[in-house]
Amino acid sequence: MNVSEYLVLSEAEGGLELHAAGGWTSGNAGALEKKIDQVLAQASAKGRKVQIDLSGVVEFDTFGAWLLQRLRRDLAATGADVELSGLAERNQPLLAEMEEVDPQGVAKPRRRDTMDVIAEGLTGIAHDIWSFVTLFGAFIAGLLRLIARPRDFRFTSTVFQFDRVGFQALPIVILVTFIIGAILAQQGFFHFRNFGADLYVINMVGFLVMRELGVLLVAIMVAGRSGSSYTAELGSMKMQEEIDALRTMGFDPIEILIVPRVLVLILVLPVLTFIGSMSALLGAGIVAVFYADLSPQLFISQLNEAITVTHFEVGMIKAPFIGAVIGVIACAEGLRVRGSATSLGTHTTRAVVKSIFMVIVFDGLFAMFFTAIGM
Amino acid sequence: MEHQDKKPETIAEIRDLVTGFGDKIVLDGLSLDIRRSETLGIVGGSGSGKSTLLRTIIGLLPKKSGTIRLFGQDIDELGDAGRRSIERRWGVMFQRGALFSSLTVMQNLQFQMREVLDVSQRLMDEMAIARLQMVGLSGDDAYKMPSELSGGMIKRAALARALALDPELVFLDEPTSGLDPISAGEFDQLIGTLQRTLGVSVVMVTHDLQSLYAITDRVAVISGGKVVADGPVETMSQSDDPWVQSYFFGTRGSAFADEPRRTKRME
Ligand SMILES: Nc1ncnc2c1ncn2[C@@H]1O[C@H](COP(=O)(O)OP(=O)(O)OP(=O)(O)O)[C@@H](O)[C@H]1O
Ligand SMILES: [Mg+2]
Repeated sequence: MNVSEYLVLSEAEGGLELHAAGGWTSGNAGALEKKIDQVLAQASAKGRKVQIDLSGVVEFDTFGAWLLQRLRRDLAATGADVELSGLAERNQPLLAEMEEVDPQGVAKPRRRDTMDVIAEGLTGIAHDIWSFVTLFGAFIAGLLRLIARPRDFRFTSTVFQFDRVGFQALPIVILVTFIIGAILAQQGFFHFRNFGADLYVINMVGFLVMRELGVLLVAIMVAGRSGSSYTAELGSMKMQEEIDALRTMGFDPIEILIVPRVLVLILVLPVLTFIGSMSALLGAGIVAVFYADLSPQLFISQLNEAITVTHFEVGMIKAPFIGAVIGVIACAEGLRVRGSATSLGTHTTRAVVKSIFMVIVFDGLFAMFFTAIGM
Repeated sequence: MEHQDKKPETIAEIRDLVTGFGDKIVLDGLSLDIRRSETLGIVGGSGSGKSTLLRTIIGLLPKKSGTIRLFGQDIDELGDAGRRSIERRWGVMFQRGALFSSLTVMQNLQFQMREVLDVSQRLMDEMAIARLQMVGLSGDDAYKMPSELSGGMIKRAALARALALDPELVFLDEPTSGLDPISAGEFDQLIGTLQRTLGVSVVMVTHDLQSLYAITDRVAVISGGKVVADGPVETMSQSDDPWVQSYFFGTRGSAFADEPRRTKRME
């Protein structure tokens, strides 16, 4: 059946006549809608009698019923006196159902304008800082409480987290730091050889790795690997109301979920930093021996001269703080997840981006501090 | 719809269906018909395979053997296009709603409309609001996120979404579970009303005896991977299957069996 026959307009004595026919169903709704608009534009129904004859309608569903209802209302709004006829008995209830529908009564939520977006951005930043600070405080308080009552400490959970974020992270940490150490050394030898400064490459790699690179590389890997999984875990627990369930059973989610996680990161990060630094130096050493043709003895004695315990301390002192930053940011983001799957994704991304950013900021602050005290 | 006045016509035909997980057979040679414009209740103990049956019919689980004919077509012989066109003719309401959590209720209702139909945004908005009002939600709920809805509201919104394209057949997995008796009663009425006005066939899995008595035309009891009893709920007494007997005429069931039907549709 042709679209033009769905609704046909004709003049009759005393008014207009509309003949509806065919399938008034979802599948034809698009075409029907256009046809109705067209007919409405043609008809000058104002104040006249309009007879809608529906005897030709063979199929009728909610879409058709609503379109018919809408046509009737639109005509009535122009002051026409509308009368329906010929609708099959079985379709009457559906049309009756549509009479009660009132889409006009529903207010669309206001669209956000630029000022809203700016205001939201600013309050968002304030909120970020606030949630970080409060969670950090809650973590310290929870830790102190647990020190006072060590029997409540979640030992199993802590060991489990150790395995996950520490032990299982070892292969990737070792591999990546090894490769970066090797690349650094290779680039150094390649460019510094021209100045005959081969040996100083070892100095450079040595204290760069000990002071900065070891801890930074490990922190970035841990933020991407464990920080994101903390956020995702806590976020989905939040979505499933598991955290509320804990609270109602009289447990403190901070003690049970947050303290073990953050504590583990504080303890694990120095260990990973140490192992990562050693692996980077090994990578550099292998490049020195096989690429730059230095003897292993020479490499070791030069390294021995270049790095002091101070360099090592500078790197290691930072590690636990950076671990705490990653852990607290990841957990804070996790607890801020709301309802939807998108929210979980957004907060996980944010946790990683923010913690990497904060790690670098903290590293800079430490660098200023150590320079000031002459370390 | 147009077929409503004709004699009951079979729109789904399941024969000797076998489905399982790994070595474990859940449905073992099950046969069942679904007729046009009827409300079919599926009951069975926990783990008897009711959800598995629905998921197999819908095509979410592969079957091991047997045939499923939907709307006169064998689903094994359908190509991708054929499958898609069949999928538009049914609506599914999952047990926990399965609303898309990152879309508003309105967007959830319009999701399929937008993909399948070529209609204006205005009509989609109006249809979504009409659906919500039909299932007893207010139009203002349209702009809420699923996480802001109560359990009963989620069920209603999920039902509205299942009806979005005016399907000929809707599958409801435990529509009234988790609702208080009053809401459950209202939900039964709602399904009954929608079934009558829209003329759809409703297949619902339920543990709710009251629903069975209130709105089903026919009940199929699944036990041991087969349909052990099939007929209007009043005829269940004739079954000699022990499970059927204790389900309908045990301590909880007999309260309903003695009473005449209350809310059964009045034609
Ligand atoms: N994904 C799966 N993997 C393995 N076995 C499954 C899976 N889903 C269901 N089963 C098994 O299939 C059987 C039937 O499960 P099904 O969910 O269909 O039961 P049901 O009748 O819907 O029960 P209920 O009334 O409790 O919802 C059960 O024994 C269940 O353990
Ligand atoms: Mg089930």
